[in-house]
Amino acid sequence: MLFTRTLSRAACALVFTFAASAAPGGDKSIIVQSTTSTANSGLYDEILPMFQDKTGIRVDVVAVGTGQAIKNAMNGDGDVLLVHAKPAEEKFVADGFGVERFDVMYNDFVIVGPSSDPAGIRGMQDAKAALKKIAGSKALFASRGDNSGTHKKEVALWKAAGIDPTGASGTWYRETGSGMGATLNTASGMSAYTLTDRGTWISFKNRGDLRILAEGDADLFNQYGVILVNPAKHPHVKADLGQAFIDWILSDAGQNAIAGYKLEGQQLFFPNARR
Amino acid sequence: MLDAAAVLDFGKVTDRSSSLLPLEIEALCYQVGERRLIDRLDLRVDAGPVTVVMGANGAGKSLLLRLMHGILTSSSGRITWGGRELDQDVRRRQALVFQRPVLLRRSVAANIDFVLRQRGTGSRERRQQLLACAGLAHLAKQAARALSGGEQQRLALVRALAIEPAVLLLDEPTANLDPAATAAIEQIVRDVHRSGTKIIFVTHDLGQARRLADEVVFLHRGQVVEQTPAERFFDQPRSSQARDYLAGRIVI
Amino acid sequence: MQDFGQAIVLALHLVLAGNADLMEIVGLSLKVSLTAVFASCLIGLPLGAVLAISSFRGRGIVLVLLNALMGLPPVVVGLIVYLFLSNAGPLGWLRLLYSPAAMIIAQAVLITPIIAALSRQVIEELHDEYAEQFRSLCVSLPSAVAALIWDGRYSLVTVALAGFGRAVAEVGAVMIVGGNIDHLTRVMTTAIALETSKGDLALALGLGMVLMVMALVINAAVMALRLTAARFAYA
Repeated sequence: MLFTRTLSRAACALVFTFAASAAPGGDKSIIVQSTTSTANSGLYDEILPMFQDKTGIRVDVVAVGTGQAIKNAMNGDGDVLLVHAKPAEEKFVADGFGVERFDVMYNDFVIVGPSSDPAGIRGMQDAKAALKKIAGSKALFASRGDNSGTHKKEVALWKAAGIDPTGASGTWYRETGSGMGATLNTASGMSAYTLTDRGTWISFKNRGDLRILAEGDADLFNQYGVILVNPAKHPHVKADLGQAFIDWILSDAGQNAIAGYKLEGQQLFFPNARR
Repeated sequence: MLDAAAVLDFGKVTDRSSSLLPLEIEALCYQVGERRLIDRLDLRVDAGPVTVVMGANGAGKSLLLRLMHGILTSSSGRITWGGRELDQDVRRRQALVFQRPVLLRRSVAANIDFVLRQRGTGSRERRQQLLACAGLAHLAKQAARALSGGEQQRLALVRALAIEPAVLLLDEPTANLDPAATAAIEQIVRDVHRSGTKIIFVTHDLGQARRLADEVVFLHRGQVVEQTPAERFFDQPRSSQARDYLAGRIVI
Repeated sequence: MQDFGQAIVLALHLVLAGNADLMEIVGLSLKVSLTAVFASCLIGLPLGAVLAISSFRGRGIVLVLLNALMGLPPVVVGLIVYLFLSNAGPLGWLRLLYSPAAMIIAQAVLITPIIAALSRQVIEELHDEYAEQFRSLCVSLPSAVAALIWDGRYSLVTVALAGFGRAVAEVGAVMIVGGNIDHLTRVMTTAIALETSKGDLALALGLGMVLMVMALVINAAVMALRLTAARFAYA
């Protein structure tokens, strides 16, 4: 009967593909827990094939907020952590979840906002002062609100500026609880200010009316670090392969690859591994 | 059509019904809420004759058939088949043909195979014999539900025969059929009876009762008001209710 | 609104050019969701049939629970499956997290209640018709379950389709347990979410259109199968 044949064939095909997909791959691969900002910028698409060509190791990137990436790594769901929230990274190592933290590269944060600039911060360098003006004018500000690296940086800046914006949450201060891209979409949609890393900003396509309004403060420096998840804590961590990746990204080859990644003519990340 | 008696015989004991009979029913009650639909009914049915159960609508004919078959549970009273309680083993040796044939959404052949497989006696030859007996062999691959009403009921009937029942219960199987289709069903039933299977047949069609019955059980308001050999029943019924029924008067 | 026009052009271009990445993503989407539906049917159909046939104390509560589970948020399912499959979780030793298998498990968990609850309704109707005949034939529970599923197959295909629709369209669960890893666990919905977060709304919408066309083709195919079946009076 038509139905029987179709069904049994479909069932066989499915079972086979399932078996194939479930089978542990014989190839060498590691999982890197990283951030949406680095993944969305396209950096990994550029440099990971170079690493794979050289070593034969495939790198699978899970791109989530820094907070979730660290949490996942604490659960042992990854071999390498590459994020941008130095204090949290150092705590991760101090608590025994990571082996050692290395600086990899940096870029910087910028404050973007609508070109009409209701708070009048265009051209400012001092990030704290810019935030004060935004708060003072009660202009809309979209916060990540997701405990990510960018969010942590933003919170630190508010604190340094002596303002607690969470009291205004829901009024002019809007916490999206989403990734950088989603928050930029929100800011673009409601003509709000927001803090973003420059890499995501350059690769972001739905800017609408948003412009970079404040940049260049030393406080807006955005450092990325890389950590091998501690195999003493999670024995199945592929320490050899993970270390190979870390060694490569800190080497001249890796650092040059990072420096060489350009989008629309602009360099997105600046390697600064100390050797 | 193949003779159903030949199909059923199969070199087995001729009188297969003897061990299940007599059927004895004592003080049987079936109640729905406050309404007593079967009311302290007593009945004894012996091996041999074609027993036709008659009565007006709502007299409890179909209920009685389902209770004796064990697909309904009585409120009180006792039913025994050949002295045995109505257990799974007894029930597996009876078959019931419904007024509306319940056919599986499969081919004609698959409908027979389903029942044969239930009893672990499936074979192609057996199935073909049964289909031939219903005159459906050439339709084996058709969808059962695409058959005509008469064909559907013939299929339901030979499917019931697939379990080689000692007792065949029929609940107005020809109520929705035309005279030709009715005649075909009746012929198969006669053949089945000839093979030694006990027949208990519910009908309210007087002509049909005259053609088939050896004895008549007449029900009125959930009770047996008379049980009479057929030749006497149609000429001189003992009960007034049966007399009224035969005369076409409304019986309340 | 210009995004719409752009999206249609992009979608057409992607499909007509046979973009390799797109084909890979579409293929994985189909593989994951179809396998999940298959697994859910293996569990959900017998469960639905048993619930349709049997009567026991607390059946009403079970049915209410099952119906409530139909509304499980994908993110919650993803989170629960993540906690089980995480290396710190009880099933971590299976090493399934961030694999297509994990996505299949999450989607199967998501849609098994749907398959079970909807098939319960379909089969209960069928059973109303068959019940007396089955009791007369002394059909055992397993045989009855198998027969009802088989005879209801053309209606149950629609049930499976409802499950498939939910599975292939959800993003919350596969994002968490799959990780949206390029060339490994990236499916249509996570790719759409990714392009949206990159602000490339036209590409996201284009991918969405491809997904919709995919769903349309599958639905049409199943509908054609049902119509054929109805013509032969099996349904």
